[in-house]
Amino acid sequence: MLNILKNRFEQGYRTSRYPKEKIEPTSRYRGLPKINSEAPSDMVMQCADACPQNAIDPQNKMIDMGRCVFCGTCERLSEGRFVSFSRNFELAVSMKENLLTDGSLPALSLHARQNFKSLFGRSLQLRQISAAGCNACEADLNVLATPFFDMARFGINFVASPRHADGIVVTGPISRNMKTALLKTYEAVPSPKVVIAAGSCSLTGGPFRGSPEVSPGLDSLLPVDLFIPGCPPHPLTYLHALLTYFK
Amino acid sequence: MKSEFKQIANGKAIARDIIPHLAFDEFTHEVLTIVGEGGKIVQYFAYADGSAVNLLAVLRTDKRLLAAGCDVPKNYPAFSAQYEPFHLFEREIAEQFGIRPEGHPWLKMVRYHANSRGVSDVFGNNYSQDIPGNYNYYSVEGRDIHEVAVGPVHAGVIEPGHFRFNCIGERVLHLEIQLGYQHRGVEDLLCNADVKRLPVITEGIAGDTAIGNSLCMAQAFEGLAYMRPDAGARIIRTIALELERIANHLGDLGALSGDVAFLPVANYCGRMRGDFLNMTLLLCGNRFGKGLVRPGGVCFPLTDENRKTITERINELKPQVEHVIGLLFSTHSVLSRFEKCGTVSRLDAEKLGLVGPAARACGISYDARRSFPSEHYRLLDINENVEFTGDVYARAKLRADEILQSISIIQSLLKNHIKTECVVRGSIHPAPSSLVVTINEAWRGELSHCVLTDAAGRILRYKIKDPSFHNWNGLAMALRDTGISDFPLNNKSFNLSYCGFDL
Repeated sequence: MLNILKNRFEQGYRTSRYPKEKIEPTSRYRGLPKINSEAPSDMVMQCADACPQNAIDPQNKMIDMGRCVFCGTCERLSEGRFVSFSRNFELAVSMKENLLTDGSLPALSLHARQNFKSLFGRSLQLRQISAAGCNACEADLNVLATPFFDMARFGINFVASPRHADGIVVTGPISRNMKTALLKTYEAVPSPKVVIAAGSCSLTGGPFRGSPEVSPGLDSLLPVDLFIPGCPPHPLTYLHALLTYFK
Repeated sequence: MKSEFKQIANGKAIARDIIPHLAFDEFTHEVLTIVGEGGKIVQYFAYADGSAVNLLAVLRTDKRLLAAGCDVPKNYPAFSAQYEPFHLFEREIAEQFGIRPEGHPWLKMVRYHANSRGVSDVFGNNYSQDIPGNYNYYSVEGRDIHEVAVGPVHAGVIEPGHFRFNCIGERVLHLEIQLGYQHRGVEDLLCNADVKRLPVITEGIAGDTAIGNSLCMAQAFEGLAYMRPDAGARIIRTIALELERIANHLGDLGALSGDVAFLPVANYCGRMRGDFLNMTLLLCGNRFGKGLVRPGGVCFPLTDENRKTITERINELKPQVEHVIGLLFSTHSVLSRFEKCGTVSRLDAEKLGLVGPAARACGISYDARRSFPSEHYRLLDINENVEFTGDVYARAKLRADEILQSISIIQSLLKNHIKTECVVRGSIHPAPSSLVVTINEAWRGELSHCVLTDAAGRILRYKIKDPSFHNWNGLAMALRDTGISDFPLNNKSFNLSYCGFDL
């Protein structure tokens, strides 16, 4: 018993005060990309060619955050003169076309469906479905339950049964072998329900796009309300998306 | 007896025509002799070369890697009829290339997909229909026998897989684990996709082993291009692999504690795991180390300021980790659940060919960092870790010991101020007609990639073997005669990979 108390004392109070207080991720964290539209076109082409995800549209000088895995290749190649990744972790969008960006995103709270706020603003119970996710997205959703993020203090929880859920959070590129299980779980959630696509894989197939075993994105199967980019998204990206969209 | 198999080195490419190509009878004799004398399988797979289909085996004895190949014979008698560790490899070969292993004790699908040769399916499946779950599970009949089916969608935030328990009352007679739901076609994609995509694809094989897999990939292409990353990069990679080990082990100790309803340690471990992930974030901007390792080196340097910050954080965390581990292993309610739960005997572990902490918990000390050291491990003295009871306690204790050792390894490496020349994107220019096998001790055990190139230097075959490929049957064995309510505890003590297995 004494040992338990001693450890409790040593561990201290760890829960962040986000969103009341801002958190700044470490300097190498790659958040919202900023595009310099003045960059010379040969540099833009060089970045577009090198991008492992073909996420750069060189004509319009835009970057597709749905495909982007935030590896930083374009930033290194252009030494930040075409693409630079900011520390801003607020990446989620409610319309897929907004994933193609020059670094400015529409305010998520204005795009949130108002009935969702009144329905789920005080209590949001989510069922997570890993549909061929590599478990990085799943792991960083799981940490939302750890003391630092403590998502439950906002009335948001992951629940075991789709019958108890207000919606689903899907990770992974939705393999052929998970498609039926995913759709059945979706059907088991009572309406009205929300659908959240989390991570590059569920947005566009991510690193696995083009494989005949995966889908080109969750929105090819279900109507998606919220798109959360990243590979995986930072836990704060998730938290910001959920709080802004539903609160 | 002199072996016809060719000795190869971890991470060193060799020309494919140097690899002995034996007659099938000779191959069989050699393979069964080596394995019969205690050799283990690192890789065993089929590949197509033009119209021919060949088999390639990479085996390991104490500290030697041995390779040889052969043509696929008309009738292929299953090696697993004699040695269990071939069981999954032969199922995989049957699924990927339509080669039926005659006399296989339990021939069934691995990942539910059509074979790449377009020949008739060994399992008689039509893959245009929904297959997963459409399969006759092993069943036990009798009075008071009941079945419990779990998954593919589980209660927690975890990956999908199906578990079928045959129970008598609360006692598990048999657990059948059927995976494949996560199959993304990774091996084929790695052969067909633009080479610039390879690092990103390999980082996605298993997110919790992103460093392990990207190291195997990078070492393979470094071997195939006859280049070597500088000493600074090797140190950063070693630190990253140890951080990955700590984060996963620590997370699992917390989960184990949560499963026996001892919540203080569950919460502290969850928080401290995050602190270690944040060190990887500090290193490369991604909590799982994605984007760090590329063929030729690393993309991010370790500056003196980084060293100082990480050293300070570790100095602060180390006593907390020690105290929390001390608390976990001195709490009677925890020990009473961990001890003698889900025991795997050393004999069974040997027979199944277990690797990693799951094997070390049963008294098998094999650790690739000691036997086939890569990166900076050649210069490190890695402890020989071993526990003997083979139960949940042993698996948890072993992982707790490894956490503390890995912390010491990182602390010693942080004192080394060797600089590195960072790579911008990492070049992939493999030598033609070559073979390379890479092995690393990832946190779950021996992880191996094998790459074969064709005459034009294109990737002919990319084979990945996650340690879970050896270990899932260990979990099934652990559950025999164990209470079904102890399944979560056993599952977490192994914490095997679904996506690393399903590929």
